[in-house]
Amino acid sequence: MSETAIRPKLVGPTPLERVRRAAPLLLAPVMALAGLAAIGDPSVWLTLTVAGLAMGLMIFIMASGLTVVFGLMDVINFGHGAFVSVGAFVGFTVLAWLAGWTQSPAVILNLAAVFLAILASMAITGALGLAFERVIVKPVYGHHLKQILVTMGGLIVAQQLIHVVWGPDAIHVARPQSLQGSFIFGEAAIEKYRVFAVGIGLVLFLAMRHVLRATRLGLLVRAGVENGEMVEALGYRIRRLFLLVFMAGSALAGLGGVMWGLYQETITAHMGSEIMVLVFVVVIIGGLGSIEGCFIGALLVGLLANYMAFLAPKIALVSTIALMVGVLMWRPQGLYPVVKAK
Amino acid sequence: MINTLFSGDRPQSRILAAILILIGLALAFAPFLFPGTKPLDTAARICIFIVLVASYDLLLGYTGIVSFAHTMFFGIGAYGVAIALSVMGPGFSAIGVGVVAGTLVSAVLALAIGLFSLRVKAIFFAMVTLAVASAFAVLVSQMSGFTGGEDGLTYRIPRELTPAFRLADFRLFDVRLDGRLLAYYLVFFCALALFLAMLRIVNSPFGTTLKAVRDNAFRAEAIGYRVIWYRTTATVLSAAMASLAGALLAIWIRYTGPATTLSMEIMIDILLMVVIGGMGTMYGAVIGATLFILAQTYLQNLMGAAEQATEALPLVSVLLAPERWLLWLGVLFILSVYFFPDGVVGRLRRRG
Amino acid sequence: MADMLLRLAGVHTHIGPYHILQDVTLDVPRGGVAVLLGRNGAGKSTTLRTIMGLWRASAGEILFDGKAIHSLATPEIARSGIAYVPENMGVFSDLTVAENMRLAAVDGPFDARRLAWIKELFPPIATFWDKTAGTLSGGQKQMLSVARAIIEPRRLILIDEPSKGLAPAIIASMTSALRELKETDTTILLVEQNFAMASALGDTVSVMDDGRIVHAGDMRALAADAGLQEQLMGLSLEEHQ
Repeated sequence: MSETAIRPKLVGPTPLERVRRAAPLLLAPVMALAGLAAIGDPSVWLTLTVAGLAMGLMIFIMASGLTVVFGLMDVINFGHGAFVSVGAFVGFTVLAWLAGWTQSPAVILNLAAVFLAILASMAITGALGLAFERVIVKPVYGHHLKQILVTMGGLIVAQQLIHVVWGPDAIHVARPQSLQGSFIFGEAAIEKYRVFAVGIGLVLFLAMRHVLRATRLGLLVRAGVENGEMVEALGYRIRRLFLLVFMAGSALAGLGGVMWGLYQETITAHMGSEIMVLVFVVVIIGGLGSIEGCFIGALLVGLLANYMAFLAPKIALVSTIALMVGVLMWRPQGLYPVVKAK
Repeated sequence: MINTLFSGDRPQSRILAAILILIGLALAFAPFLFPGTKPLDTAARICIFIVLVASYDLLLGYTGIVSFAHTMFFGIGAYGVAIALSVMGPGFSAIGVGVVAGTLVSAVLALAIGLFSLRVKAIFFAMVTLAVASAFAVLVSQMSGFTGGEDGLTYRIPRELTPAFRLADFRLFDVRLDGRLLAYYLVFFCALALFLAMLRIVNSPFGTTLKAVRDNAFRAEAIGYRVIWYRTTATVLSAAMASLAGALLAIWIRYTGPATTLSMEIMIDILLMVVIGGMGTMYGAVIGATLFILAQTYLQNLMGAAEQATEALPLVSVLLAPERWLLWLGVLFILSVYFFPDGVVGRLRRRG
Repeated sequence: MADMLLRLAGVHTHIGPYHILQDVTLDVPRGGVAVLLGRNGAGKSTTLRTIMGLWRASAGEILFDGKAIHSLATPEIARSGIAYVPENMGVFSDLTVAENMRLAAVDGPFDARRLAWIKELFPPIATFWDKTAGTLSGGQKQMLSVARAIIEPRRLILIDEPSKGLAPAIIASMTSALRELKETDTTILLVEQNFAMASALGDTVSVMDDGRIVHAGDMRALAADAGLQEQLMGLSLEEHQ
């Protein structure tokens, strides 16, 4: 037959579409420049920008799991904040045990203590994620209203259990020696911990990107977000994949909890549900289910919150809401809406 | 006549009817049945929360929308009255101005949020309202010049509603007839009227359509109902009702602050009350609010006793500590959503 | 009866309140192409989805190579040797062609000879190997979807309207590719509305209407019998002729 009739032709995106797709990437730099213009003083700006990036990346760590879980199985976990809190408490407990290491002047011991704390909290929150998914979320698949209610119930119970285990009071823990204090660049003072947080956040982002782009598991997750049914029809158990992602997301929330706790140096059972407000804002800005969107949204929120905290402290949180409203007016489904093939 | 008053929505269960009558009578005669400041305060809170919870159920149970901004509207109503009373001084005109202003602000804000985010998924609305409500709470606590900040506002209410006002010199069933009694009945009758109004709304053609939209938005849209209009209207109505409940609270406790009106804790309390009472039935609000507030006030004593009784078993004892009552309610809440989503009322109705 | 690879016996499927498949009985002989004809909404796609376990059969039996599969989950059904090309093609548009193929090779690395054969069968697969699948044209996506289904040997392939929305030239090349596939020992259950394509490929044919099988028989007999076609296809195919 007419084999020759197939003229290979690539229907690529039009230039306009490409600009549309790439436009959100410019938002964070634009925000940073606008911040510079509004603040004026470059050294203050530098301090705030690093703080904003640190905050943004920490929020990204916490939000990434939430958004992928939604993309993959259309499940929204309003109890995600519980993992943040539990992670912080576990991490701080480990740091308290390792007080000898954290108070030592040796950088390597300090970092080892932090990494052990992170590891422990990720292990515990990952396991907790397993339990949460099996007990709380699984019975209400496909039912949004019940999901919201039940995961909220899970959050209440988890917060109360934190009180039972760790007591009702806030806990203070100082950062390890080498993460205290600031680097001085000219007139700008940059907290060491923030640089550390930016480092961890970037490494994680790149690792996540690598997993999603280059591993079979990552490909399955991306394929599953678009068309879970087809993934199943190819012979993969998407439920198992989902459970894995849910656990990974919970572990990441735990990691975020440790980092956020060290940032604030005080932790409470409610810290998770408080930070969830920003997490939701980020996830909405990015587009539910989109990891790139989540990353950009997190940077935007982090930067804006820190600039506004300097420029007009009273409306810092309101400004992030305004940002969300603005983005939704521009793109009602967020920066990178996830297209479902159903 | 009773049928008209209750808009034809009968309890449909003898036990439920008995409980409702019991609650109604207890609230109506609370000052005489349970003398003392604390019981009266509990009764007034129950009245206020019945309205608040019923207005939330209008959204959650009847429209299938989850909002986390309900306390924001509750707070706006309370702050409306509080600010008006602080600025204009104690007087009924201040209360009037505060109520109208608060309700209007709530309605407009609800309209904006509704039009803005109800087009998309229910989840979206839940997340957006959560974010907006938290931002609002922070804003209120920071605008201290206007709202009293974290400390809130303490103000005087019209003298006629305070214990200092004597209605009559004699005592009725050993109860002093003072302004406090008057204030209680103001709260009670307003709450009753608002509740009956909501009962009327959900049993009207509008309410029936809401349920159709909730059960199958796609089909409702196909039949020609403008789903977004119905959802937004329900959101606005519910916000206005919550606001009025807030105004009642502001009058009753003579104090308005973030912790008593805007906090996430109250939002969670409301959720618990709706779900435990029963979603999608106004009577669920009555049962839920009554049970919850009684538990909040008195269960903790019971748990305290249990904690002491189990002192020998450390873990059990910790779990039974009075501060942990929310833990058990949380568990009950999860179980309710799984096993009896129509709550206590649904259970009773099914038993006939 | 001849050796049947797939048998549906008395299958009913409900979707929500709707009773879609009503007592469907269907046989797919081993090694041939069984065609399922019928107009839009007759229940053809639902039949394929029910076989894949994407909808649950509420009654009846589905036997694949003698084993009941109607209570298995979709991944198990797929792994028992059935590949599926859905109506919307199910291409992962965010992934490249290569990645789509890689996920389809469930058992691991590609069989080089098989991949070479597929690239020959569908030249665009080779041309656009590293391109994002979302940028492909409709016909190319359809080829990718079929290519995915055959990257590993499967005993049965379910294909839902491969001609839908495609230009005639592309339909022709798709037909020839499927004919070549037929030469291997793969069995195909093909849902089609394009009678030319259906009759060029089919060995047996079943016609559905309103959730029921209204005719089952030999494809050549149907192709030769204008009266029967008229009677059955009055139901289904006039808009395609």
